[in-house]
Amino acid sequence: MEQILVITLQNLKSIPGRLGTSLVAVVGVAGVVAVLVAVLSMARGFENTLESGTSPGNVIVLRSGSSSELDSGFQGDQARIIAQAEQLALVSPEVYVIVDLEKKSSQTQANVPMRGVGADAAAIRSDFRIIDGRMFEPGRRELVAGRGAADQFAGLAVGNTLEFGTERWDVVGIFESGGGSAESELWTDSATLQGAYRRGNSFSVVYGRLDDPGRFTEFKDALTSDPQLSVRVERESEYFAEQSRALSTFVSVVGYGIAVLMALGALFGALNTMYTAVSDRAREIATLRALGFTPVAIVVSVMAEAMLLALAGGLIGAGLAWLLFNGFTVSTLNFSSFSQVVFAFAVTPGLLVQGIVIALIIGLVGGLAPAIRAARMPIVSALRE
Amino acid sequence: MGGMFHLVRKNLGRKKLRTLFTLLSVVIAFILFALLGGLNRAFTAGVELAGADRLVTMHKVSFIQLMPISYVARVEGMDGVRAATHYTWFGGYFQDPKQQFGLFPTNLEKLSDIYPEYEMPPDQREHLMETRTGLLVGRAMADLYGWEAGDQVPIFSSIYPKRDGSYAWEFEIAAIFTGTGNTADEMQAFMHYDYFNEARQFGQDMIGWIVTRIEDPELADTVSGAIDARFANSPTETKTSTEAGFAASFAAQFGNIGLIVQMILGCVFFTLLLISGNTMAQAVRERTGELAVLKTIGFSDARVTGMVLAESLLVAVVGGVIGLLIGGLFVTGAASALAQFFPGLAMSSGTLLWGLMLAVALGLVTGAWPAWRAARLDVIDAMGRR
Repeated sequence: MEQILVITLQNLKSIPGRLGTSLVAVVGVAGVVAVLVAVLSMARGFENTLESGTSPGNVIVLRSGSSSELDSGFQGDQARIIAQAEQLALVSPEVYVIVDLEKKSSQTQANVPMRGVGADAAAIRSDFRIIDGRMFEPGRRELVAGRGAADQFAGLAVGNTLEFGTERWDVVGIFESGGGSAESELWTDSATLQGAYRRGNSFSVVYGRLDDPGRFTEFKDALTSDPQLSVRVERESEYFAEQSRALSTFVSVVGYGIAVLMALGALFGALNTMYTAVSDRAREIATLRALGFTPVAIVVSVMAEAMLLALAGGLIGAGLAWLLFNGFTVSTLNFSSFSQVVFAFAVTPGLLVQGIVIALIIGLVGGLAPAIRAARMPIVSALRE
Repeated sequence: MGGMFHLVRKNLGRKKLRTLFTLLSVVIAFILFALLGGLNRAFTAGVELAGADRLVTMHKVSFIQLMPISYVARVEGMDGVRAATHYTWFGGYFQDPKQQFGLFPTNLEKLSDIYPEYEMPPDQREHLMETRTGLLVGRAMADLYGWEAGDQVPIFSSIYPKRDGSYAWEFEIAAIFTGTGNTADEMQAFMHYDYFNEARQFGQDMIGWIVTRIEDPELADTVSGAIDARFANSPTETKTSTEAGFAASFAAQFGNIGLIVQMILGCVFFTLLLISGNTMAQAVRERTGELAVLKTIGFSDARVTGMVLAESLLVAVVGGVIGLLIGGLFVTGAASALAQFFPGLAMSSGTLLWGLMLAVALGLVTGAWPAWRAARLDVIDAMGRR
């Protein structure tokens, strides 16, 4: 035991002498970890945005066969039947359209969702709060913009007037909504939006809050069995989880794919570093063996060096990813809803741990073979080198 | 020269493991490079497919807003316009509502005026024109769903019900077209607008957007300006851009994600190059003494330099070629698996060429410093250092 400690310490002390090759191993591992954590934090951030701001008692009703709010639709009388369901404590029939706004970062047009809401809409979204200006007044061409939208798209400042075709809209407020996807949207009153978009008395979806989250099945059965309706009833959380699935799966697959390939590349780098380290010190190791140090002590010392280099790389990589990406806000087109979603990268502790575990695996695998070679080196010929 | 090659080979074979690991990390770097190229191409597929002489006109507020069909004839009558047709987003899906594809009601007679690159057998074309419920499908899409010409298929619209309230539309696969070879354009289908317009429950005589083929691509800006001016101050104002501009701005909607993935891949690539480059340089550095011996026995500076460079070039190019090949296979495999969600994923010759050039550059850069040192090596000094 004492042997192991002595030789390992001595080993580690000699690293500065081999800084060049050691650094390469560290950089390789740091790169792997940084990339893995960064890509996965993008997927996590996107999921977070679509899932936060939802609450267990919230439900969304769409036309059956529709894939998102954009292609869903009801006539006014159908929306009224849904709104009158006895299980609902709050209800908001809403109109969902897309308008073109300029993305600040690229100066290109982007599909920004615009929502005409009912009176209960703000109460249904937990944590809805106006953070600048005021709420729109029903019946007037006024809108409030989500915090994320105001951040990413041009022209969404309180006091500004937007032109959509021949329509003019005053931006009167900025809101937040618990970090959820509503923050990527523009809100106005549903009747105003119906008028502006010649939607008659039709709605896209109905949002509601159940008086008791446990009555979901009862609510769903009541609506789906109503012969006047053909609807799809979902819990808000499930609907948004499904909306985020395509993009977050894509990003995760790409992320893990890159990380695995890159981990292999870094592994070869680590193997080279450790083999070089061992062969540089062949004589030293042989001397130690001749002095009576056991092969186990040699193996442990080499492995310790490899793991330590990998750990250093892992910490640097994870730190870099956290510094550069945590909270980094972007917007993209969500394939599922065909409209822009603004979200922030989320570098969670879980992801950091995942990154460091990968670093240690690279160190373990990259150190093992060189360590065994070092321990099995024939003493006599190594001394003669 | 043969002798030099022999030396290079022997040198590389001296530490087989190291050479192997270096080679493998170069291979992996280039696999990633090939993936990067494929991904980049998928994000910009629309731009690549766009014709320079085609314009897209849509509702100024958003593409989800419809326009009156009368606009098509008005655009077609304008100066500089060769032909114009229209499309509408049908929101079609075959069995799974989550897998919507591009199915467009259009004027099929005119399709080949606007898109001359779509080719189909003449008898199928004739049959398509005679069949009201006929559907024109891209080869890639037909393969994906296992459709053959003559099949009767029900396709659902996520937007338009028929007059009877049903969202299921019956079609006959009347013709199958092949496109430019980039699968993105073959992942589409086209139906007769007349069938669509007469059978749908609402939105009669409205269309999604207009595609115009103009006579002179040089005049694209003039013509698109004239189109928008034509409809200014009407209830439906328009926004016209070149097809390439339209595709580019659509690609820009994914914007950040595509860019971020590419940036990350770029970082990965350069990290791996750093790793392999350092090892290659180190392999030469270790042999300073031997190089001195070679020079002592009469090898010229140029020859020693060439030898060192040849060694790193060999590793870089062999690794690069293997990596690009594996990466290319991977992209091709992924392209057929993901055709539905991600059409246009493909290996382009441009990516291959760039990859090869990068491999050569890698070999030169990693070999340059050691080669320079080898050439300048002072024999006495180096022998003494030994």
